[in-house]
Amino acid sequence: MRMSLTSILAGISLALACGTSVHAQDKQLTIFWAEWDPSNYLQELGNLYEKETGVKIVVETTPWADFQTKAFAEFNAHGNAYDLVVGDSQWLGAASEGGHYVDLTDFVKEHNVLDKMAEATVKYYAEYPGGSGKYWAIPTEGDAVGWSYRKDWFEDPKEKEAFKAKYGYELDVPKTFKELTDIAEFFHRPDENRYGIAIYTQNQYDGLAMGVENALFSYGAELGDYATYKVDGIVNSDKAVAALENYRKLYEFTPPGWTNAFFVENNQAITEGLAAMSMNYFAFFPSLLNESTNPNAKNTGFFANPAGPDGDQFAALGGQGISIVSYSDNKEEAMKFLEWFIRDDTQQKWAELGGYTCNKAVLESEAFQNATPYNKAFYETMFKVKDFWAVPEYAELLQQFNQRIYPFVVNGQGTAKEALDAVAGDWEATFKKYGRVQ
Amino acid sequence: MATAVMTTLDPKSRAASRGMSDLAIRNLFIIPTILFLIVFNIFPLAYSLGYSFTDFRASTNAPANFVGLQNYRDLLNDPYIWNNFAVTAKYVIISVVGQVVVGFGTAMLLNRDIPFKGLITTLLLLPMMLSMAVVGLFWKLLYDPSWGVINWALGLGKFEWLGDPRMALYAVAITDIWMWAPFVMLLSLAGLSAVPKHLYEAAAIDRAGPFYTFFRITLPLVAPILMIAIIFRTMEAFKTFDLAYVLSTQPSTEVIAIRLYKMAFQEWQTGRSCALAYIVLIMVLAITNIYVKYLNKVKER
Repeated sequence: MRMSLTSILAGISLALACGTSVHAQDKQLTIFWAEWDPSNYLQELGNLYEKETGVKIVVETTPWADFQTKAFAEFNAHGNAYDLVVGDSQWLGAASEGGHYVDLTDFVKEHNVLDKMAEATVKYYAEYPGGSGKYWAIPTEGDAVGWSYRKDWFEDPKEKEAFKAKYGYELDVPKTFKELTDIAEFFHRPDENRYGIAIYTQNQYDGLAMGVENALFSYGAELGDYATYKVDGIVNSDKAVAALENYRKLYEFTPPGWTNAFFVENNQAITEGLAAMSMNYFAFFPSLLNESTNPNAKNTGFFANPAGPDGDQFAALGGQGISIVSYSDNKEEAMKFLEWFIRDDTQQKWAELGGYTCNKAVLESEAFQNATPYNKAFYETMFKVKDFWAVPEYAELLQQFNQRIYPFVVNGQGTAKEALDAVAGDWEATFKKYGRVQ
Repeated sequence: MATAVMTTLDPKSRAASRGMSDLAIRNLFIIPTILFLIVFNIFPLAYSLGYSFTDFRASTNAPANFVGLQNYRDLLNDPYIWNNFAVTAKYVIISVVGQVVVGFGTAMLLNRDIPFKGLITTLLLLPMMLSMAVVGLFWKLLYDPSWGVINWALGLGKFEWLGDPRMALYAVAITDIWMWAPFVMLLSLAGLSAVPKHLYEAAAIDRAGPFYTFFRITLPLVAPILMIAIIFRTMEAFKTFDLAYVLSTQPSTEVIAIRLYKMAFQEWQTGRSCALAYIVLIMVLAITNIYVKYLNKVKER
């Protein structure tokens, strides 16, 4: 009995010893991201890195709905399962103040990241607090909300004629929110099982907020002053009210039951031939060009978020930056990977594989802009994006925003002014609670 | 006899032949279970009670500050939380009543000699064996106003089951009834088949009507087991999450478990969500207690 116990123990320690020595021989970096195509592209890029350096890159993924929860559960436990994480832009506050991300300010300055990447991407994916000059990430997957539309419906001569007779101008890709709304109304024909437009309405996390932001920012409104945390008079300004009313009007031209829609449903609106236009993140557009996933692939076109009544034109930011996790055992190796990742030739490859690079030189190149039908719209958008609050309590702000806005947009309860006044009140109370304002 | 089996070991058993005493065997089985309970249930329960009086956030490294009853006060003053409770109560009532009516009714229909009775019972039990999240995703497609099978089959046109804020909660409850009525049916069937046949014969001889027979014989005799089914289903419905979360994002379907999940794991308000969890726990305990009291009364009869 004693003999067998000793031999088992010896066996275990031998296995452990072998395990650690094998581990030390081939180094590995684990990157955590959500489960979608860009993660596969990053894995392919990682394979190239392994060929060059011998350091293995493993991209671990989890479904989007689970991504935030799983990442923060790991951070909160100070776990070392992930060396790097491609985190959402809103996480910056929580992850930097919580000490979960490694400070990359010196790295950013040393390697001229500010000159290499589009300004807005550094500002929103890397810097926290806004304007502080402290950086926590390297822009990785640029993303914003754009639009897809049915080219065949738009180009149909009969439709063009009918549209001109009704609205007095040519039916074309909308340049303004007014045109967007007109076209949505024009194509909204419930008896033909055709609807005007698909927008985000999901009352969870950032679904609805991302959609509303598209209208809000283009109307010249803001969510608040990100430096002073002042919200009253900004998030409920007249421009914001008009923008929200416009969003509510767009909702009237959505397919029936469009009350829980986010990126999956909005792509379905195009693949199922339900809607003339559909908002979505650029990252989900590749599948709309794939004939095996979209029977209308040949007839699908893309455009950037249109301008508001005063000519302002912005879009809600999606996308992520890559950060080093403070609890990783391989921080040095992770730094080396980032050095390689920001090289111009790597960024070029990243774009070729299907990643949405934030590298200025690549974005501005003819080759990139002509590579797909949506790259040009992406390029135009990435220089005029704005984002939600990135403070650690951003999820509370999102919840309060949803709670107030959803009943107005989807169920038509109350007015836009009432909803936004309530948001301003909630946010003010939250900022007071966390000592950001007196 | 039974106690003898419990306390002494069969001398021919393998354990006895290895020289283990019955006390050692007992400890071997019970101590790990108790340890497991203490580490994974009792300890977190007590620990989270402590957190519920602080402003702790798991997502930051900031230390937790004691705030007294602030979390409880804020939660009980929040009209949205009250709305979550109202939605939950409504959902529990609709869903449990529906399951009892459908489940017990089906059991009554099946409690007779019909061909393929075993096969029919098995098929009826299938919904219960599926995963909640998968059922939610399927029913979301079935309810879809544009291509859903339900509107097509019932000829309802573009009726918005999940889109209409007044209808959404019923739609979620219908899915829950579809899934869990078989559970009530199964327990009722067990209760029904245990009712002695001679009682029905006596009732028939006395020319008792079908209603009289049902309310005076069937229901009282099945009541205890039916109560158990109701307790289980009420507790489950009270903490329901998956179905409502997958099917709809209408505020009218935001049950308390969804709010709790968002507060704890999206907003990382750990202290406050612990307080909310305690409020929910106290409510579930109270409701269960009432049921158990009633169950004992029914049994005494």
